[in-house]
Amino acid sequence: MSEKDIIVSFSEVQKSYDGVSLVVKNLNLDIQRGEFLTMLGPSGSGKTTCLMMLAGFETATHGEIYLNGRPINNVPPHKRGIGMVFQNYALFPHMTVAENLAFPLQVRGMSKAEQEQKVKRALEMVELGAFGNRRPAQLSGGQQQRVAVARALVFEPELVLMDEPLGALDKQLREQMQFEIKHIHENLGVSVVYVTHDQSEALTMSDRIAVFNDGIIQQLSGPDDLYEDPQNSFVAQFIGENNKLEGKVTHVNGSLCDVELDDGTKLKADKVNVNGVGDRTTLSLRPERIEFEPQGLENIVKGRIEELIYLGDHIRVRMDVAGNREFVVKVRNRGQKRELAVGQMVDIGWAADDCKALDFVQ
Amino acid sequence: MNLKTLILATTATAMFAGTAMAKDLTIVSWGGAYSASQNNAYHKPYMEKNSDVNIINDESSPEAVAKLRAMNEAGNITWDVVDVVASDAIRLCDEGLAMEIDHDEWLAPAPDGTPASEDFGDLIVSDCFIPQIVYSTTFGYRTDVEEWGGKEPQDICAVFDLENFPGTRTLEKRPINNLEWALLCDGVAKEDVYDVLETDAGVDRAFAKLDTIKDNTIWWSAAAEAIQSLADGEAVIGSSYNGRLFSAIVEQDQPIKMLWDAQVFDLDGWIIPAGVSEDKLPLIKDYIRFATDTQRLADQAKYISYGPARKSSAPLVSKHATLGIEMAPHMPTDPANATNTFLYNYEWWADYRDDLDAKFQAWLSQ
Amino acid sequence: MTDTTANGAPVLTTQDGTPLKVSLARALRREKMRSLVLIAPLLIFILISFLAPIADMLFRSVENRIVADTLPQTVAALSAWDASSGELPGEDVYAALHDDLVIAAEEKTHTRLGSRLNYELSGMSSLFRKTGRRVDRMDEGNYKEQFIDIDKDWGDVETWLFLKRYSPKYTPGYFLNAVDAEYGVEGIKMKPEDERIYLYLFWRTMFLSMLITGSCLLLGYPVAFLLANLPLRYSNLLMILVLLPFWTSLLVRTSAWKVLLQQQGVINDTLVWLGVVDDLNRLVMINNQTGTIIAMTHILLPFMILPLYSVMRTISPSYVRAAKSLGATDWTAFWRVYFPQTIPGIGAGAILVFILSIGYYITPELVGGTDGIFISNRIAYHISSSLNWGLAAALGVILLSLVLLLFYVYDKIVGIDNVKLG
Repeated sequence: MSEKDIIVSFSEVQKSYDGVSLVVKNLNLDIQRGEFLTMLGPSGSGKTTCLMMLAGFETATHGEIYLNGRPINNVPPHKRGIGMVFQNYALFPHMTVAENLAFPLQVRGMSKAEQEQKVKRALEMVELGAFGNRRPAQLSGGQQQRVAVARALVFEPELVLMDEPLGALDKQLREQMQFEIKHIHENLGVSVVYVTHDQSEALTMSDRIAVFNDGIIQQLSGPDDLYEDPQNSFVAQFIGENNKLEGKVTHVNGSLCDVELDDGTKLKADKVNVNGVGDRTTLSLRPERIEFEPQGLENIVKGRIEELIYLGDHIRVRMDVAGNREFVVKVRNRGQKRELAVGQMVDIGWAADDCKALDFVQ
Repeated sequence: MNLKTLILATTATAMFAGTAMAKDLTIVSWGGAYSASQNNAYHKPYMEKNSDVNIINDESSPEAVAKLRAMNEAGNITWDVVDVVASDAIRLCDEGLAMEIDHDEWLAPAPDGTPASEDFGDLIVSDCFIPQIVYSTTFGYRTDVEEWGGKEPQDICAVFDLENFPGTRTLEKRPINNLEWALLCDGVAKEDVYDVLETDAGVDRAFAKLDTIKDNTIWWSAAAEAIQSLADGEAVIGSSYNGRLFSAIVEQDQPIKMLWDAQVFDLDGWIIPAGVSEDKLPLIKDYIRFATDTQRLADQAKYISYGPARKSSAPLVSKHATLGIEMAPHMPTDPANATNTFLYNYEWWADYRDDLDAKFQAWLSQ
Repeated sequence: MTDTTANGAPVLTTQDGTPLKVSLARALRREKMRSLVLIAPLLIFILISFLAPIADMLFRSVENRIVADTLPQTVAALSAWDASSGELPGEDVYAALHDDLVIAAEEKTHTRLGSRLNYELSGMSSLFRKTGRRVDRMDEGNYKEQFIDIDKDWGDVETWLFLKRYSPKYTPGYFLNAVDAEYGVEGIKMKPEDERIYLYLFWRTMFLSMLITGSCLLLGYPVAFLLANLPLRYSNLLMILVLLPFWTSLLVRTSAWKVLLQQQGVINDTLVWLGVVDDLNRLVMINNQTGTIIAMTHILLPFMILPLYSVMRTISPSYVRAAKSLGATDWTAFWRVYFPQTIPGIGAGAILVFILSIGYYITPELVGGTDGIFISNRIAYHISSSLNWGLAAALGVILLSLVLLLFYVYDKIVGIDNVKLG
């Protein structure tokens, strides 16, 4: 990847509001041109602060942010040429939709005719061609959302920032908008930095996801890697559903290791984030990777079925496994009736590769 | 306690409260030093003599006329005795808002037996009015004005003499007195003033005289403003009530001197609101008889430099209650001060007040 | 189940066949009654304490029953008199006047009539007082001569013209006075130049009030902005400072302005000491319009700041950020995006300040000198001092109409629903 392909670069960026604690601890991040990068994390993890520093509404306490190779710490927001979609859209309530869209063009001194043409095109892009004369308040939430996106794009910025833009929409609309935004991104080839705390949103839309916690990027990778290969317990917990088993490493064998759980159960696991023998570890295990009627799997244990929840496409089985009563197994609904009943003791199993030995968290 | 005793107890309390109420006496006056002097000279001794009477002081005299009319229209008179200036008393009497009284019946005779109506003499300017004090509106000037080069104003016309006595004046924001002084200094004889003012030409003449100092005048509407202006040096000469000037000069030791020339006598006294309850009347009568007797009026002069309205009180005026100075020389009625006085014509002003006030306001705003 | 209306649309009915609308109205009536009962105390309070006095004021401004009530026979007799004849009325009128006045003097209402008529014509007060004193001592017959003997004004046609003019139970007299007009020989005319005051005062009140509103806006806007955007602990302190004027008495504040602004005051002393102003040419900043504007702006400032603040607080900072991210400079973001959203607050604040300042009279009276006083000062004077409540009412009615007119204009230009108090 060459220097030219990097549009934004955070270099050793730190941010503190009160001079006592750091909200962003030491951020180094390169964002590629044309990339859809999501900053994902719980609230207070520093992701929004990073976005605001990039937009120019917050200044970095230490470090430098580069846009197209130029440091921008001292460039005011309106000269950065970055489009932005806000959490509550921030559509100007006293202007019509068309006026809202024309605003960035007007302040750039564009001719009336050019403005009209661009506004028209932008409205068509978000399929709101007939709504130009309405006020934002007269639009539905989804429509307002589209206007906000169109406004951030109408002046053709290279980079668009989105700060939890779908947070206010209901689930169905949110999913639909996820695809629309994704498609717009693909069609226009613009770089997007997207902030959300919703992991499924992040997984759906992003090229790469930076998982934030405690002011630090915990992991930066594509959606599949993030889910399949979490680098630490936080990521494993935060992305998707996850079973936790706690134990001690007893033996290391290349990329695998043996772990003895606190109740004496011995398991084989993928050694991801442990140093060596004697370390305490948290094993992370996805519910859908666990099999009933285990055959040819490295790990087989006994568990008691505590609860069965029918969910249509799958059945959720809550079990008591090795002292963990919140152990969840997802069983695909294959049509034939399964002989599962509460109170039953069954064998379950999983492959060593699906069981990640990660750092121990109390 | 059963219901019957409860009712009985309540009734008893209510009756007790009722009798206690009957001994409340609401007296309306001007507040400040003036009310204090009345409190010392009248209220305190009266309450000592009549321990069951409770005097409630109300400081509403400045808006007494309007409030009495409002009370009258509402049919609910809550005041018992009201202190007003003579012109207001006349107005209240005309409007039927004050009670007409027989002065000889209500008021005590002088110690030598002279009936009250004679003792007060022609200060009884209205059938509703019980005179209390004589005060005057007169001028005070600062004694430290450098521009005057040691000269001091000798007569009223110094007010209009910007050449010899430059500086800012302060006058009351109303036509009364100002128009008279203007004419006096424009060469009109004292006895002709009101005849001249009755004509349009006379009014124009008075305003023309006032025009000469209009740009150098601050107009006051509350008496305290005038004293404040003089004390701050904001004005060098100005009109005020003699009692206010007295307290500025003697009690506060300001570099101000009185110019008694052409002081305008005015009266202040009591009226009884028309429509006070019959039950209250004996108490009111008793209080008024006490508070307006020869000694009480003389006593008031210990606390404030206003002259008692009874002829028989004058010889009894003594020393200031706290400062110990002789009060007589500070009275507007003292012969040394009253060499040139001017009589305020109530009847005339009752007729011309509305018209001249409109003209005065129009003149002010031009 | 469905019926059909005249235009063919089906009318929905309930199960028992009553039209749905009727049924709904019935169901809602109970609810409405209940809410009416809840607001009844307020409604009654407003009626008694607000609407009734206004109605009373409207009525007083034209009411003139006192003449016909006090002199009923005279008024009746006068109606037959030909006013344009230029001759005095006949003996019957004088006899009627005598009868009326005897009763009036007994009831002591003649002086009241005198002071009422004195508002319109100087001398009436003493004429009635004097006549009332002597009317019961008159001999029977030849009243005309006896009246003229008491006061020659009774022999003046003008007096009778005047009485006849004010005989009706309702009069435009107060309103004429309130717009500097009067009855002349040939009908209504303006008063002589040197007696006109009210029209000018109305104009000045409006003008100064607008000026005060404007300066409140200029000073209050940045303060409200700070209040809405500072961190809580600073904004609380600032809010206390803003509200401070509310906690000091009006007279104390006004006196403080005197101490500051007068020619021997703090500001002038400082300027002289600094050599900015010559000792002999100290600035005149009080007892004139400047004084009124400064003091009133100070007093009314919170009324501008508070509505502005409450509107600004609801404006999310993301609007300005959005504008900036779209390429607007600070000024453009403010002017095109922030400012238009504060207009409801400006409207509310301006209306509040304007209306309050129109009605303020204590401050102008104390610091306004001669050219800084308002029409309300005259209203107060007529209410509390001259007792000419009719004229005060007429002035009040005109002031009220002016305010309503301005409201209407505001509604036309900005829209009254575009006003937000919080």
